[in-house]
Amino acid sequence: MSTQTSNELGTNAAPPLIFELGQEGRANRYVEEGKPLEQFLPKVLLRDDLPLPDNSELDVVRHFTKLSQRTFGIDLGFYPLGSCTMKYNPRINDAMAARGEFAQLHPYTPDEFSQGALQVMYELERSLASLFGMAAFSLNPSAGAHAELAALLIAKKYFKDRGEPHRDKVIVPDTAHGTNPASAAMCGFKVISLPSDERGRVSVEEIKKVLGPDTAVCMMTNPNTLGLFEDHIHEIAAAVHDVGGLMYYDGANANAIMGNVRPGDMGFDLMHLNTHKTFTIPHGGGGAGHGPVGVAAHLVEYLPTPVVRAVPSGNTKTSNGRPVAPSDAMTFSLDFDRPKSIGPMRSFWSNFAHAVRALAYMYANGADGLKKVSQLAVLNANYVRVKVADFLETPYPEICRHEFVASAQELKKATGVKALDIAKALLDHGMMAPTMYFPLIVPECLMIEPTETESKETLDHFVEVLRGIVETARKEPETVMAAPVNTVVGRVDETRAARQPDLKWEPVSA
Amino acid sequence: MAQPENLLYSKEHEWVKIEGDNAVVGITDYAQNSLGDIVYVELPRVGKQIEQFGNVGVVESVKAVSDLFTPIGGEVLEINDALENDPASVNRDPYGAGWLFKVKLADANEKNNLLSPADYDKIATE
Amino acid sequence: MYTPHTQADIRAMLDAIGVGSLDELLAVPDAVALKAELDVVPALPEYQIARRFDRFAAKNTGVDAISFLGAGAYRHYTPPAIATLAMRGEFLTAYTPYQAEVSQGYLQAIYEWQSYICLLTGMDIANASVYDGATALAEGAIMAINANGRKRLLVSRAIHPNYRAVLKTYCDGLDVEIDEIALAPDGTTDFAALKAAVATKAYAAVALQSPNFFGNIDTLDADALAAVRESGTVPIAVIAEAMALAALATPASWGAEIVVGEAQSFGVALAYGGPYVGFIASTKEHMRRIPGRLVGKSVDNAGRTAYVLTLQAREQHIRRERATSNICTNQAHCALIATIYLALMGKTGLRDVAALNLERSRELATAVSSLKGVDLKFHAPFFNEIVVDVHQPAGAVLAKLQERNILGGVDLGRYYPELSTCILMNATELTSSGEIEALTTALSEVVHVHANV
Repeated sequence: MSTQTSNELGTNAAPPLIFELGQEGRANRYVEEGKPLEQFLPKVLLRDDLPLPDNSELDVVRHFTKLSQRTFGIDLGFYPLGSCTMKYNPRINDAMAARGEFAQLHPYTPDEFSQGALQVMYELERSLASLFGMAAFSLNPSAGAHAELAALLIAKKYFKDRGEPHRDKVIVPDTAHGTNPASAAMCGFKVISLPSDERGRVSVEEIKKVLGPDTAVCMMTNPNTLGLFEDHIHEIAAAVHDVGGLMYYDGANANAIMGNVRPGDMGFDLMHLNTHKTFTIPHGGGGAGHGPVGVAAHLVEYLPTPVVRAVPSGNTKTSNGRPVAPSDAMTFSLDFDRPKSIGPMRSFWSNFAHAVRALAYMYANGADGLKKVSQLAVLNANYVRVKVADFLETPYPEICRHEFVASAQELKKATGVKALDIAKALLDHGMMAPTMYFPLIVPECLMIEPTETESKETLDHFVEVLRGIVETARKEPETVMAAPVNTVVGRVDETRAARQPDLKWEPVSA
Repeated sequence: MAQPENLLYSKEHEWVKIEGDNAVVGITDYAQNSLGDIVYVELPRVGKQIEQFGNVGVVESVKAVSDLFTPIGGEVLEINDALENDPASVNRDPYGAGWLFKVKLADANEKNNLLSPADYDKIATE
Repeated sequence: MYTPHTQADIRAMLDAIGVGSLDELLAVPDAVALKAELDVVPALPEYQIARRFDRFAAKNTGVDAISFLGAGAYRHYTPPAIATLAMRGEFLTAYTPYQAEVSQGYLQAIYEWQSYICLLTGMDIANASVYDGATALAEGAIMAINANGRKRLLVSRAIHPNYRAVLKTYCDGLDVEIDEIALAPDGTTDFAALKAAVATKAYAAVALQSPNFFGNIDTLDADALAAVRESGTVPIAVIAEAMALAALATPASWGAEIVVGEAQSFGVALAYGGPYVGFIASTKEHMRRIPGRLVGKSVDNAGRTAYVLTLQAREQHIRRERATSNICTNQAHCALIATIYLALMGKTGLRDVAALNLERSRELATAVSSLKGVDLKFHAPFFNEIVVDVHQPAGAVLAKLQERNILGGVDLGRYYPELSTCILMNATELTSSGEIEALTTALSEVVHVHANV
């Protein structure tokens, strides 16, 4: 049984797979014993075997606890992953979402039995609409890319209804997130990639060259992925609107703008949010996310279904005569009857548990608090930027928003040490690596987003660690190129993984 | 770096070797080198009619993907099945074991649209 | 909230940057500056946030009712050990495991999830999850379209109506047409119609759900499978109640090449519809077309076992507009929950749960169909859901049951006009004999009263 003890304290070897543990019949008695399946269905409809392991609860607890110890999250250290907004995830959010009244509520519960859930969705939707200057949001899409797809489907249907199905061009700056062109392609749009100017921004002259009667949508994020504010955004929006196109706002960078500037005021007609970024829903190792899609007034009818409808209930006072919050004087329902809607994007109404989390975070901040969140996110990014500029190139040396890009190109020429090596060396210091090699227009790019929840001391420490890595690279580059060495494994052979894919455990055949 | 003399080339870094009515196609040493470790090659179906410079497949490396354009048109006669299990042969031996597919030429004059070893060398050493 | 800055910190940082104030730092052109008053929920101290949510929670009275709701979201027992493990901060606050060296634990868990899905479905490969069952169907259909280039889909009308609606949303974007196969009288798919349709060789894929929306086992027979294969159509199996995989013959055994589904039943909270966790599994042949993330087992530079995200060249961040899908964020944390659930239940526990679902749903079927004026609509073999015909508008009957604090099921008239007197009812291992008795008592009163009106 040596394989079962290969993760003794003091060793770094991977724990055995759950399938390599256990003994058949070592069952946990969570439910009663079931009768033989043949009593209920003919044998021909039943499976022959169910080759899953039986493990004691203790063994399962130890297994997954060990796996957690081999995983790095925000709770363990600084996580400056650009464009991902890895800020602290307040625990009250999870505590609220875990309440039985929310967690055990079935999606087909009739409206009159789920008024609290509908009120949560309503309050979140109204707050988002005001904060971002949109007429309405739908909380239906499951994540950012999913909401982006919803927005483009709205645009497609809108143009079809207007008798302009020939509009098939989507303009995407070269700094855009990879999901933008991928989503456009899923709607049959042709993607036009727009080069950034020397200031790292979309230029009004350049975009005018590609605009025309076939323009459908211009997809932008502001601040862009270089962390720079597109200061000609209103002129760009006007130019796109002049040719009859729509402006789409990629909300991945919304943590930079709350209480400062609104997509609606910048001229955007459509937008999405990643509430798992901006509104502190835990990323959970890559989802589940939550991607509200917002629209200006002329597109509200096209939102995905369902949307929450509210009508006054007449109960504007509490039993002791005090006025109630506006939403407490409403009755809610799910509205599926929307003939112009693009339809639903997912099985059920919303990633509701995440709506609970996002609303709890809204309540923790209010409008003034959210403004402060964005201000301090920008403060932290600029503080790190000026410090890092001492020892790494910063290709756009000006005030940034919530993130900035540095480049290891000069370092690579001088020493051979790449952005990837720097990133891996940071892992040895108990920090997550920045986003690398994105945006694509900056060579050897390190994209750094500290977020507002990090203290000055943490930022100072990060800067000193990074400085030390760059200094080491100049003296003994091979040390940095060998990183990481303090992690449970070193660099993984990705070529082998891709050439000989091993994607699952297989039972040893008898 | 000199390019093999018995081949013709495209600007998209594919080579072609004309053998009578047929031709063999692959990617150049320069191409495999800039792609890095190749993990998968998607090739056109045998029997498919392909047009010169048309997109006929993709070459995937660990972290990049690149369209495959055929330097010559015609009917696909044979594809290199060995690449399914050993895509690394494109890295190891791009002009030999790492060949991609064979074509029955549609128009012998198409070779006039291709680059000579000397001309391709200028592109590949830029 | 949750910002650690002191006034002194802010001053020192502004000085380091060389700007005078936060407003100066965030200056924007006047043309776009914020002029509106923001109408956002008010800031509350933490203890009052909890009180505000007490208020919302109290209005979700549905959780206290006796419930027979299923229809793609199922009540199953979830051991507390799941939350204890899944809510560990290392898992909860991690990003997508792009940095393999510090993500080995999560990567291994996803590799185990992929393995579990393969074992349950009988397929060769499974991805790291997608949003939910409906989007899994849409993404699976796109795989088939990419496989054979046909731009038309054939789907059974016994597939969950929400899944079909989402498929239509996606297909409107892709300019793909959908045709539906009618129902047979026994509440399964009409295989004669299916065979005739695929013979046109117009369809990229044919999708069937089993157990289907009505709870009936609905798989291709050998004859239909031969016709599907002969026509070059990709057979897709849809699984909306993953618990059935523990009992029923695998989708692989009846010929599915792509299996898409929903794994909410494996420990994921109902949560009024999400987040849930979709899965996509397929034969090896479709490996390069599968969307989303895949975790592979490899070695590190010292030869140690190491896990890593692999075959990434399929994905949007590399392929951009040529990607197999735009999916980026998936449902890793829900997949983790499901993996822990499967580990805890094991073969024995899972078989027990499946058997109890079969038993309780048969008890429910027997009890309601013994009532006067109430019949089972279909008589095909079923898993844990039944269609109950009350021979009068189902909506009115359900409303009367609600007055007795019973959520009797889903009004099928909502999705199938011809079934407007029918209710879809579900029983799981959590359904007690007492609850079934309460339902039959109420139903006999309600149906009787209505019959006399």
